[in-house]
Amino acid sequence: MLSIQHIVKDYAEHRALDDVSLEIPKGKIFGLLGPNGAGKTSLIRIINQITAPDSGQILFQGEPLQAKHVSQIGYLPEERGLYKKMKIGEQILYLAQLKGLSKTEALHKIKYWFEKLAIESWWDKKVEDLSKGMQQKVQFVATVLHEPELLILDEPFSGFDPVNASIIKEEILALNKAGATIIFSTHRMESVEELCDNIALINKSKKILDGSVKAIKDQFRSQTYRITYLPIAGVSPAVNQPELYETIGSKIFEDEINITIKINKNFTLNEVLIALIPTIHIQQVTEIIPTMHDIFVSKVTADNPQNYVSHA
Amino acid sequence: MHKILLIIQREYVSRVKKKSFLLLTFLVPIFFIGMYAAMFYLMKKGYEDNFAEITVVDEQGSFYEQLRSNKNVAFLPATADFEAEKEKLRSSKKDFASLLYIPKDIYNTRSLNLISAGKSNLKTRDEISSQVQEIIRNKLYQDAGIDKNLLATIDPNVTVSAREISSDGEEKNANTEIAMGIGVALAILVYLSLFLYGVQVMRGVIEEKSNRIIEVIISSVKPFQLMMGKIIGIGMVGLTQFLLWILLTGGLFTVATTLFVDKESLESVAATQGEMSQGNEQLSTAVEKSAQMGGFLEAIKAVNFYEIAICFILFFLAGYLLYSAIFAAVGSAVDSETEANQFTMPVTMPLLITYILSFGLIINDPHGTISTWLSFIPFTSPIAMLVRIPFDVPLWQIATSLTLLILTFLGTTWVAARIYRVGILIYGKKPSFKELIKWFNYKS
Repeated sequence: MLSIQHIVKDYAEHRALDDVSLEIPKGKIFGLLGPNGAGKTSLIRIINQITAPDSGQILFQGEPLQAKHVSQIGYLPEERGLYKKMKIGEQILYLAQLKGLSKTEALHKIKYWFEKLAIESWWDKKVEDLSKGMQQKVQFVATVLHEPELLILDEPFSGFDPVNASIIKEEILALNKAGATIIFSTHRMESVEELCDNIALINKSKKILDGSVKAIKDQFRSQTYRITYLPIAGVSPAVNQPELYETIGSKIFEDEINITIKINKNFTLNEVLIALIPTIHIQQVTEIIPTMHDIFVSKVTADNPQNYVSHA
Repeated sequence: MHKILLIIQREYVSRVKKKSFLLLTFLVPIFFIGMYAAMFYLMKKGYEDNFAEITVVDEQGSFYEQLRSNKNVAFLPATADFEAEKEKLRSSKKDFASLLYIPKDIYNTRSLNLISAGKSNLKTRDEISSQVQEIIRNKLYQDAGIDKNLLATIDPNVTVSAREISSDGEEKNANTEIAMGIGVALAILVYLSLFLYGVQVMRGVIEEKSNRIIEVIISSVKPFQLMMGKIIGIGMVGLTQFLLWILLTGGLFTVATTLFVDKESLESVAATQGEMSQGNEQLSTAVEKSAQMGGFLEAIKAVNFYEIAICFILFFLAGYLLYSAIFAAVGSAVDSETEANQFTMPVTMPLLITYILSFGLIINDPHGTISTWLSFIPFTSPIAMLVRIPFDVPLWQIATSLTLLILTFLGTTWVAARIYRVGILIYGKKPSFKELIKWFNYKS
């Protein structure tokens, strides 16, 4: 869908994007992650043709990105706003026409969306009369109205209460199901795991990680397991086996015991279990898979060890 | 192209629909008409009220019968002696009544007393003095053996009419006062409009920036399209306003005059106006008056209103485009209107200076070196040239000035657009002029 190739963007004082390349597959939800000031907004602005890169190029469905693609992209910026004194209906109509829809088409689609979100009565209201959450809803409609093939959503859930956030989430998933590719920029890692197929992590103007969420998680699996067991009466539990694994932690809950182990290289869980079974009753074995949040923090902290403060 | 039309349409419609626009559109002509009507009414009233009943105590004897009553003054013969008449006047309480005392030796002293119950009207005094003068003059002619009728036929009646010969050999009436008045009016009008609409452009840009809608819009259109759409849209609002003012004022004026004013009183007011323009000069005779009035009207007619209107529209538009582009760049660079002052001050300085100069230097010496130069320099020419226009500026000068103005407008728009495209995306930073130059140099 979108192929970002060796993008460099310099500002007067600093380099905002340093040789960033990304592939955004068609029909997927792509998470663009990174701490504040990493260069996400710069990249999003370049994709929206708001600014141009100093070098590198972007291909939109195989073609170099150009003005005509604007009508196929929908953009919901993080800092969003509408004309305060303009009526909601006229405003959405205007924004849709700027995206290239004809007036009749736009009116038809506005009607559809207003009914869908149960906001028909807002047509003649002014933005200044709406609450912040209501404004966000209007803005979301303005973003998706022209049925873009690529949707760029920068922190789409900020400003929504949980009920409306889940309505919007459902709409995003529905649009994705209908074929839209979505670039989703956020700090909220739980929504990344819930929604995203692929991610890229940008830090200090560079891409430091990308791939499918599953592949990245696999990549960060470290053979770490939590084993819950009961001692066998009269048998001394042989749980200290440093040649097989390293014990990271242990906890005792009444008669149950919990240990967290990291299996050494060249050994498998099976081998560990074979060694353990004779001396303990194994109740439960769970693999500890890092969350996106953990991956984010560990990658970013490793990248700038001195001064990183987690945003999540 | 389609998108810039959408932007123009939004900018135009959203402003024209505003209550303040409608209010201004209707209030200004009503204000003008109202002012005119009030002046008209006061003058008419002053004229109509100007009726005096004058009792004449004629000690001289033959004087009374030579005084002529007309619709403004009625002369009545005294029925008692002076002191008794005075007492009568005091008790009558008619404030239009007066008592005129003509002494025996009036032909020598040439002074006489007018005693009024109320304040004596200037008009009444003028009427009396001109009649008395006429009577005495006739007497003097008679005494000197001059035939009055003969004298009238040999009156050479010389009038010097100031005419100006223009380069194309056409002669015109040169009426400096009228040209000056029009020049000053044009200076005020163009200065205020340039500011009014230029600031509207700046406000619009700041609004979009502080609303944060800017990012949504420029993901659909180019910043240049947005800037030009806004400038053109607001410029059209300005033109609409001018047009409506002209139409409404003209329309209201026609309606008002046909409804409320009969032709005769209109003429009388015109005559009064003619007199007023002469200030404190001795009142001239009716014949001279009408001659001057005719000259005044002729001079007004000689003013080429079409040329002035066309030049005004052209210079307003070109000047507006020039300054509004700068205002747009300033708006993009700041987060609020208060911050904008540090930039608007220096860029509008040429306008302000020309505006101030136009009331003195330019109006008094419209074809002098400085005036001519100011009317060529693009940043000052919208005002300076318009002040000069009523004084008949050669066409080549107008054309050169306008060409320079348009070329400069293209240049400033190019510079402004480069600053604008960067400025609209930068928040929370009060930029210096140095920074603006840096923005200008960014690659797009």
